[in-house]
Amino acid sequence: MTRMLSPRALLGALSRRRRQRLLPAVMLLTALGATGGAYAALAPSTGAAAASGASSQTLEQGRALFLKNCATCHGLNAQGSSDGPTLIGVGAASVDFQVGTGRMPGAQLGVQVQAKRPQFSATQVAAMAAYVASLGPGPSVPSAADVNFAGADVAAGGQIYRTNCAMCHNYAGSGGALTQGKYAPSLKKTIPKHIYEAMLTGPQSMPVFGNGTLSPKEKREVIAFLRTTSTESAPGGATLGKIGPVSEGAVGWLAGLGALVACAVWLGAKAR
Amino acid sequence: MSDQPHTGPNTPADRDQATRIHSARERGRGDVQHLPDTTHDAADDPRAGGHGELATRFENPGIPAHVYRRSDVDPKAADRREREVAAFFGLSTLGTLLFIIAYFAIKPAGATGDRLLQQVGLSTKLLGLGLGLAMFCIGAGAIHWAKTLMPDDEVATVRKPMRSSDEDREGAIAALREGAAGAGLGRRKLIRNSLLGAMAPLGLLAIIPLRDLGPLPGAALANTLWRPGRRLVTDPTGDLIKVADIEIGGVIHVEPEGLDKNAHPLEEAAKATTLVIRLSPDLITDPKQKRWSVDGIVAYSKICTHLGCPVGLYEQQTHHLLCPCHQSTYDVTKDCAVIFGPAARPLPQLPLGVDAEGYLIATDDFHEPVGPSFWERG
Repeated sequence: MTRMLSPRALLGALSRRRRQRLLPAVMLLTALGATGGAYAALAPSTGAAAASGASSQTLEQGRALFLKNCATCHGLNAQGSSDGPTLIGVGAASVDFQVGTGRMPGAQLGVQVQAKRPQFSATQVAAMAAYVASLGPGPSVPSAADVNFAGADVAAGGQIYRTNCAMCHNYAGSGGALTQGKYAPSLKKTIPKHIYEAMLTGPQSMPVFGNGTLSPKEKREVIAFLRTTSTESAPGGATLGKIGPVSEGAVGWLAGLGALVACAVWLGAKAR
Repeated sequence: MSDQPHTGPNTPADRDQATRIHSARERGRGDVQHLPDTTHDAADDPRAGGHGELATRFENPGIPAHVYRRSDVDPKAADRREREVAAFFGLSTLGTLLFIIAYFAIKPAGATGDRLLQQVGLSTKLLGLGLGLAMFCIGAGAIHWAKTLMPDDEVATVRKPMRSSDEDREGAIAALREGAAGAGLGRRKLIRNSLLGAMAPLGLLAIIPLRDLGPLPGAALANTLWRPGRRLVTDPTGDLIKVADIEIGGVIHVEPEGLDKNAHPLEEAAKATTLVIRLSPDLITDPKQKRWSVDGIVAYSKICTHLGCPVGLYEQQTHHLLCPCHQSTYDVTKDCAVIFGPAARPLPQLPLGVDAEGYLIATDDFHEPVGPSFWERG
């Protein structure tokens, strides 16, 4: 009795016993229906997809893109693997940031995934974001009103930025070094939506600054501060990248003292 | 004043020759001219101690052969050099003109805002450029002139002896003695003693103001503003914090509530500033760290135990806290143990709790002094 029977043989045996010719087909349909129904009821996609309001066509496009471009590392069901974290519950904001800034798909393994030219159109990014959002609840992509920093308090944003962000991203958003080759990137050219999403989701080494930590208003103030510092003029002349005393020291020691040494050498050299 | 040398190797005849200006050119091109040789009369040299050591140490190599410049032998080259010098001076004139024109042409006075800053910046740059050109080019032209066109014959002048003549030395000593006798310090004891009494306490004036360095800090370095039950508020916005406000991987920089009402808010902030981090609770293994945490939320002093920089660079994937000053790295999952860098001690942990209204509170002060080690810390 421990001998394994193939489903077809099992159904055949049952039908022979019951002498009902239609039974195998009915049982097969019932089993299929039950499986499908259970999947529909238990899989997280249905409810979340309905909540996100994305059309099934968009979800299907997002899923196709995900399987082609992301599943190798993040798993066929976005459950994660040794090469990439799970994407269930990271939310649309995370996808929009990672794919929209070109960080994902990652080009090479390293201590840190670099930003590069985005590989997908805005529609494709939105489709993938909708698909990942359908897998589990997470932060959604901020709306244009969420990131509209017009009229935000720049000075308050500067205070928040200097307490929470400046230690890694530099006082003027020029970026800075972390441990073991990792770094906090420059924020000078980052668009407001991506700054907002990065605070919301905490990509890579960055901590999460959710809405409980920094309210949406405070996030807009930070963005306003960053936009102001990166667009204001430099009355003192060359800004030297605004990376602080390192560049100023380099110019002072190499260029300034170098010129003085060159003058001294010229003074001491015999004319020919 | 006599320039009769009391030391030195030279006979009077040699000295006369040496103090004269020698020109290699007078003796013909390529002729190596020797200074008066010291080897012959070394025994007369008092510095040599009569044994002749100094004299045998080296031989005077003389002045090297004179090398003629192109402008010395080629009049065309000399003319070219002349034009170069003139060009430097001309450039200096242009710099002066630039300064004057920039001074009158750029008027920041009417501008406002960003435009004003730009105008001031441009004005400063052009004025500096003009002034720099004007001054540098005069110097550069003068040097070029001196180096290429003025005579460059090698010259040796024998150094005059440092020692004064016996006559001068005796005169100086006699003048000192005469002055001391006139002041009568040896005789008039009252003046001498009262002068000593006036000068000796003068040193106190350098020491007494050091009192303003005190009073000694006492226990101030061991205590912070954290007390049992004191609520955590965000820095700089001052909001109270609930557990649900922080996501896993989130960070909040906090201060004790009521810091701004303290008499010395900056001094207290410098000690009490704290970093709140939420970890996944299963990452916390240390029993003390777990006991002092709330749902994976831990709080650590933000002041590096190396030299007191604010440790704020938290990497949420590796759970490393990095100090930007000297790269001391703390592992938050290991109770902030030092895993790299010069810091000697882990960051002090602040015991956390939740009050009746659900806000995060400290359940005690730090159990050890925060920040770098100090003399009396023990």
